[in-house]
Formats: sequence, C-alpha cells, structure tokens
Amino acid sequence: MNQYKAGNPIGDGQAVTLGAGNPLGLDCGVDLAEFTIAYQTYGALNPARSNAVLICHALTGDQHVASTNPITGKPGWWSVAVGPGLIIDTDKYFVICSNVLGGCMGSTGPKDIDPGTGQPFGLNFPVITIADMVRAQARLLDHLGIEQLFCVIGGSMGGMQVLQWAATYPERVFAAVPIATAARHSAQNIAFHEVGRQAIVADPDWRGGDYLNQGTTPRAGLAVARMAAHITYLSEAALHRKFGRNLQNREKVTFGFEADFQVESYLRHQGSTFVERFDANSYLYITRAMDYFDLATLHGGQLANAFRNTKTRFCSVSFTSDWLFPTVENKAIVHALNAAAANVSFVEVETDKGHDAFLLDEPEFFKTLGGFLNGCAEHRGLNK
Amino acid sequence: MSYATGTDARPGDIRVDLQLIANMVAPQARVLDIGCGDGALLHHLTRFKKVDGRGMELSQSGVNACVAQGLSVIQGDADTDLRDYPTAAFDYVILSQTLQATRHPRAVLEEMLRIGRHAIVSFPNFGHWRVRWHLLWHGTMPVTPTLDQPWYATPNIHLCTVHDFEALCRELGIVIERRHAVTAHGTRSAIQSSGGFANLFGAQVVYLLRRR
Repeated sequence: MNQYKAGNPIGDGQAVTLGAGNPLGLDCGVDLAEFTIAYQTYGALNPARSNAVLICHALTGDQHVASTNPITGKPGWWSVAVGPGLIIDTDKYFVICSNVLGGCMGSTGPKDIDPGTGQPFGLNFPVITIADMVRAQARLLDHLGIEQLFCVIGGSMGGMQVLQWAATYPERVFAAVPIATAARHSAQNIAFHEVGRQAIVADPDWRGGDYLNQGTTPRAGLAVARMAAHITYLSEAALHRKFGRNLQNREKVTFGFEADFQVESYLRHQGSTFVERFDANSYLYITRAMDYFDLATLHGGQLANAFRNTKTRFCSVSFTSDWLFPTVENKAIVHALNAAAANVSFVEVETDKGHDAFLLDEPEFFKTLGGFLNGCAEHRGLNK
Repeated sequence: MSYATGTDARPGDIRVDLQLIANMVAPQARVLDIGCGDGALLHHLTRFKKVDGRGMELSQSGVNACVAQGLSVIQGDADTDLRDYPTAAFDYVILSQTLQATRHPRAVLEEMLRIGRHAIVSFPNFGHWRVRWHLLWHGTMPVTPTLDQPWYATPNIHLCTVHDFEALCRELGIVIERRHAVTAHGTRSAIQSSGGFANLFGAQVVYLLRRR
C-alpha cells in the first residue's frame, strides 16, 4: 500500500482485505474485487456476541476513536466518550471503529494502488456512497463473526452511516444513535463541500488528481477546504467566545494580509495540520458520498419507508447551535421514525459549541447517551 | 408537563390520578404518553405493566430526564406532532392533565383516537363545587388546590367540565368506557355512576375512551 506521507495510519490497529471471490458491488455500478478495511477494536466480545458497538466516524475522522492517533500523536477523536468506565464503556461493550471505504487511514481509497494499472487510483477510484461504506462495514462484521450489533453510533457523516445501517440491515442493528446528522445532505451543505472541492481542484499541485504520481501535494487547496469547512463546525457564539476580534501576537493591525486576527491564525493552523494527515482525493470522494446521501429517495421518496417494521431502538440527538446539521434536520428523522411507529427518543442539547459539540464533553449529551445505552442494554440482557 | 397539580404522592408511589390511569392499561400494551413530564407514569407502566411505552414531552428538560433513565421519549407538541403517527399504532394513547392546555383540544382528542385503539384522558374539572363556589363567592377566576395558578399565569386555556367533555365525546362519536372522579383529597370518588355527582365532586376526572 502506497503511503502519501510517512507513518503507518493503521498504528496498533488491524486491517483486513475482503471481497476476494465475492466482490463488493458499489452503487456506481463498479464491483470492487478486493478492498482493505482498517479498524480498531476496544474491549472484548462476549460469548453471546451480543455486546458489539460500531462507531462510525465523520468526514475527516478515522478508526482511532479511543487510542492515540499514529499520524498525529493525539488522543483518539472520541476518547472523552469511549473507554473503560466511560459512557461507551469498553469494559462492557466490544467497540469497533473502521476507517471508511474511500478513506486514507488504511482502508482502500484513491491513494492506494489500482491493481489494474499498478499506479495510485487517483480519480480512477470509483465514486463511493454512504451505502457503499456501510456495505463494506457489514463485510467487516461478517469477517469478525458478529451477526447483530448491539448499537451503531455516529455523528455527522457517521450519523448518515447509522441511518443507512438501520435501513439496510435492520435485523443486524439492535439500537441506533444518529447524532447531529440528516437523512439527506442539504443544498447549503453541498454548497460548502463544493467550495472545498473547488479549492483543491484549483490548486496547480493537484495535477488533475494525479499528484501522487507526479510527486506533488495540493496543500494550499486542501488547507483552504479545511478552513472553510471548519467554520461550519463551529458557531458564531463559539468563535466570538474563543477569539473575538483579538489580534495575534501584535498590538495593532498591520495594514497587510498577514494573520492579524487570532481567528485567522487559528484557521490557518487548522488548514496546515489537516494537510499533514489527510489525502486531498479522499476529501473529494468522501464529501461526494455525503452530497449524494438522500435516504428517502432510495425508498420511494418517503423517509418513513426506510424504517418500515423496524425493531431497532433509536436515539436521535441534535445541538441547538449546530447550523450544519440543525435540529430541524434531526427532527425530520424522528418524524419519519414516528411515522414508521419505531421506538425512538429524541433530545436537543443546549450548547453554543456548534456542530463540533458532538465530539466534546457535553454533560447533557452524555447523560442522554448513557441513559439510552443503559436502557437498551437492559433489554438486550447486557446489564449484570 | 403536568399543568394541574395533583395530590401529594405517598412515598414510592405515583400520584393517584396517574395510578388510576395505570389501572386502565392492560399489561404488555403499546402505550404513548403525551405530555409525559419527567416520565413517572411511563416508568411505572414500563416497570409494572411491562408495556411497550413511548412518550412525548414539550419541555426539553423533561425529555432529557426521561431518556437519561432509559425511556423512549421525544420532544414534541400534542397540537402539532401527533399527525406524524400512523393510524392504530398504539393500544393506549394517554393525555394526563394536558388536554386543557392544548390549543385545539378537539383535534387532539380526534388524533388520539386515530393513532390509539383507546385514549385515556384526565383533566381538572371546572365543574367542581369549589370552582363554582370560588367564582360565585369571590367573583374572580377560581384558584383551587387543583387549579393553583392565577388567570394571567395559567397554561390552562381550554378548561372544561365533566358535562362539556362528555358532550364533545358524544359529538365526536367517542365511547366512554370508564370514568373515574378524583376528589380534592386525592381519593377516588365513591359515586362513579352519575355524571352530575362526578361533575360536582370530582376535582379531576379520568376517562377511558374508544372509537365507536
């Protein structure tokens, strides 16, 4: 596997190559003969194989949910919630998190070698969808010998995967927690993604997507994409509280275009560190998968049809200051679940931290998640 | 949320009007509790009647408290959100002490009996002798132990009497299966048969209803 930068993205986790003799049929019509899924597990599977929790990561997340990220050296992206004695208690649950298909942390994606040409896929990689990501995860569960998940949990794009899981494999999902997400990507969100993609494509170092062969990296383009996206993950109140109009290491403005303001410096930092850990083409493919997501159209235009006769127990969570996946989008999911007479809880958490609140230590959110999981565990017979 | 205060519960028990409601619910039924507050009734029904229970609650703090104890509850409004549910989705749809606080009680009642085979409704009875006496004697809007808010602060915008409610049921073709009156002391009224007595001595009333 060709690495676009130094470092082993799999770290202390595992990777398995699936699909041999049983290709993965993608929504775009292409069959993936062989594909690799990189994943991490925490805790132990119980003898009944009934305590598995699948955590689905967001757009730029990865499988390192609760252990040190081998590329950045930082703690796992949800280490505040996943671990021994925490809300998603790895003493009780067997937690699985896999890098999505199309990703760049060890699962097959556009930076990997196309066996047909011996060159990195680049733009020859097939366009993937949220449903493709979920089908690939289902293959991983088959490999691990897990018939039914106790729970599928995810925020943002992870929440889209949760909904897709519940719709495609209802009998394999005992409980589902879609957080700060939507059953379809909104026009505004597609618009933001398009800004990011155009920033990458406009970078001369992108080389028509062939930058790995040509030895360049579209750093500037990917950094701008990240900067624009990062604004949407926060809120005006959070940005103001954090930075206000404070100047960066200076007494007064410089009458130039350096990063005078702290918020500029912060965004530039976000952009440049992101480039160190993420592949530009992966960013194109994964944002596209989110844009294409519209669960209702796959079910005759009626979202409720996606959940007809479901036995899965749902808990939907939104955050008041999230303008990327606002409460109204999450409530549309809840309305559809009600229309399907599904077992659903819904909580809106008061916070000014924006979309990113789902990654943070929000007491009300954790109380809800903990209560829901514990109630479900009672029904599943997991509480001793 | 409960808009009328009930009587004090005994330790480890639920309010007497909630206990009356619980008694009307068959074990293992599918139940929707609208305005479920902090989940006291739903918790009781889940634990002791083994129902498949769901709740709807207007206040986010109530919803969060319910979900945190493992109950299936969503944030929603009886006036607008019942239409999402499919017909005959539940065996019982419960509306405790909330009908009088809805904007469209008639539509809410119809929706309850669309989505449930039975509806259980309780409300503070405005025909109670104490209410009548207060208005007659003081000439001001009644404030009683059951209706304890002054007129400008009360969420109860559609108060009715036993007679009013039963007239609406007749008009909508709703069958009254059972009626219990609860006295101001929180005891079940001894005289259940007569609507006139219930209207005079019931501070609160609880109805079990079904479609004709």
